[in-house]
Amino acid sequence: MIGVDPVYSHGLGLAVWLIILIRLVVAFAVLLNAVILMIWFERKAISDMQSRIGPQRWGPFGLLQTIADGIKLIFKEDLMPAEADRLVFRLAPFLALIPGFITFAIVPVGGTLTIAGHPVRLQVADPPMGILLMLAMSGISVYGVMLAGWASGSKYPLISSVRASAQMISYEAALGLSIVMIVLVTGSLSTHDIVASQAHGIWNWNVIRLGVVPFVIFLIAITAELNRPPFDVVEAESELVGGFHTEYSSFRFAIFYLAEFMNTITMSAIIVTLFFGGPAGWVPNVAHLRWVFPILWFLAKTTAFAFAYIWFRAALPRFRYDQVMDLGWKRLIPLSLGWLLVVAGFLISVSWGFGMAALALFAWTLLTRAFELGSGRERGAEAVLPVIGPRPLAPEALRELTDEDEEA
Amino acid sequence: MIGVSYSIGAVLVFVTAALLILVGAVGVLAVRNPVHAAMSLIMTLFGVAVAFVAQSADFLAAVQVIVYAGAIVVLFLFVIMFLGVDRREGVRVEPLVGQRALAGLGVGLTVAGLIVLLARSHWVSGAMSVSTNGAPLATGSGNVAQLGTAVFTTYLYAFEATAALLVIAVVGAIVLARRERALDEEAA
Repeated sequence: MIGVDPVYSHGLGLAVWLIILIRLVVAFAVLLNAVILMIWFERKAISDMQSRIGPQRWGPFGLLQTIADGIKLIFKEDLMPAEADRLVFRLAPFLALIPGFITFAIVPVGGTLTIAGHPVRLQVADPPMGILLMLAMSGISVYGVMLAGWASGSKYPLISSVRASAQMISYEAALGLSIVMIVLVTGSLSTHDIVASQAHGIWNWNVIRLGVVPFVIFLIAITAELNRPPFDVVEAESELVGGFHTEYSSFRFAIFYLAEFMNTITMSAIIVTLFFGGPAGWVPNVAHLRWVFPILWFLAKTTAFAFAYIWFRAALPRFRYDQVMDLGWKRLIPLSLGWLLVVAGFLISVSWGFGMAALALFAWTLLTRAFELGSGRERGAEAVLPVIGPRPLAPEALRELTDEDEEA
Repeated sequence: MIGVSYSIGAVLVFVTAALLILVGAVGVLAVRNPVHAAMSLIMTLFGVAVAFVAQSADFLAAVQVIVYAGAIVVLFLFVIMFLGVDRREGVRVEPLVGQRALAGLGVGLTVAGLIVLLARSHWVSGAMSVSTNGAPLATGSGNVAQLGTAVFTTYLYAFEATAALLVIAVVGAIVLARRERALDEEAA
C-alpha cells in the first residue's frame, strides 16, 4: 500500500510524518470551510434564481449566515423520539458524514510539489484500490440515510429510508459501469493515474475521449446517489415532511446538513477528477507560482459543478418515485452496458468497435421493442400470464390465509 | 513452528480485524433485533475487508465492501424494513428441544478439527500466509489484472456457471413470488 505515494520514497522520517499530517489537516479544514461557503453559495444562488435576496444580515453578503445557523443548531434542544432506537439513532448521522470525508481523500487537488526535498502529491491518499474507494464509500453512505429513517421509529422517515435504499442501490450499477469505462481507458484504478492520463490537452479528457454519454450517465447517477434534486424523493417535503431526518434536531440535524453539502462538493470534485482532467489546464510560465495554477483550475471546475447542482435544484421539478426507478433500471443501466461494450471494442481495434456498436444497436432495438410490448400489454385480470406449474400453496389455502389476516 | 516473524503493526492490524470479525459474527447470532444483527454483519464484513488489505488484496477488500456491505446487507435491511419484521418479539417457546447440546458438540469438534489441521499440516496451499514474508503476490493495480486473468481464463467455466446459477435463482424467485392477480380479483 505504502510504496505508491512518492512521499515515502526516502523512508518514514519525522519530516514525512509532518508532511502527511499537515496535508491531512489542511484537506480537512479546506473541506469544512468549503461546506460553509457552499451552503452560503447555494442559498444566494437559489435566491437569485427565485428573485429573492437570500441571507444578507451576517457578515458581508451574508457570508457568516451559515456559522450563525450552526451556532443556533448546536444550542437547540436535542430531541429523541420515544420510539427511537437509541444506539442507531445516534450512530446514523456519522455514517452519513464520514464517507464524504474519506472520498475526498482520494481526489488529486493539484500537481506534485517538492517540500524539503520530499516529493509531495496534493492528494491525501492514493490507495491502489483508487476509485473503488469512492464506490465503497457511496455504498456506506446509504446506511446513514437508511438507518436514520428506521431508527426514528416514525412513519414518514421509514418510508423515506425505504425509498433511499432502493434508489441508491438502483443507481449504483450505472455509476459503477461508467467508472468501469474510465478504468478501461486509463488502465489503472488509482485516481492519480486517471488524472495523469488526461493531462495532455482537452482532447484527452475522459468526457471527450469516451464520448459524452458516460459523463451524462455518471452525472445523473451521482445526483441520484446524493439525493439531490431532481432525485430528492427521499426528502420530498410535500410528501414526507423532512424525509429521513424529520425526527432529528440540534447537532445531529446539523451533521446531516453538513454531510449533504459535503457530499455535493466531494462528488463535484470526483466528477472533475474522472471526466475533466482534475487539475489539468493551461499553466502560464510564472516563476515559483506554477504549482498554484493547477489548484486554481481544480477549484474553478469543481465550483462549476457545484453551481450546476444548485441550478438543477432551481430548474428541475422532482421526479416521481416510479420515474426514478424507470430511468435507473430501464434506461441508464442498458445504456451504460451498451456503451461499455462499444468502448471496450474500440480499445481493441476499430473493427471490433464498430462490431460492438452494431451489437449494442441491435440490443437497443430489441429492448425498445420489449418495452413497447410491455407497456402496450393489457392490464387487469386478462393480463396475467397463464399459470406455469403448481404453486407452493394451493390458491384456496392461500386465500384462506389472507382472509384470516384481513379479519384480524 | 511458524517460521515467519511479524512486525508489531501487522499483529495490531490482524488483532483488530479478527476482533471486528468475531464480535460482529457473535453479534449476528446473539442480538435480538434484526436490524442490529444486520449491522453486526456489516462489522464482520469490514473486518474481513481489513484482513484483505493487510494481505495486499486491495481489490478484494474494495469489492467486499461494495458488494456485500454496499448492496447485499442493504437489501437485507430493505426487506426487514419493508416487511416490518423488526421489533416483533422473538419466539418465546424454545423451538429446539435437545439439539442445542448436540450443536455445541458439533461446533466444538469442527473448530478443534480446523485448528488441528491448520496447525499440523500446511493445509491447502502449503504457504502460511498469502503475502509470504511481507512480499505480496501482486502489488497495486497488479492484483486486479491478476485476478481478471485468473477469472476469465483458468476459472472461466466456474465463473460462467456461477453467473448462470444467479440468473436461475433470480428467475426462480420471480416465478415463486408472482401471485396470480386473476385469482385475487375473483376473491375480491
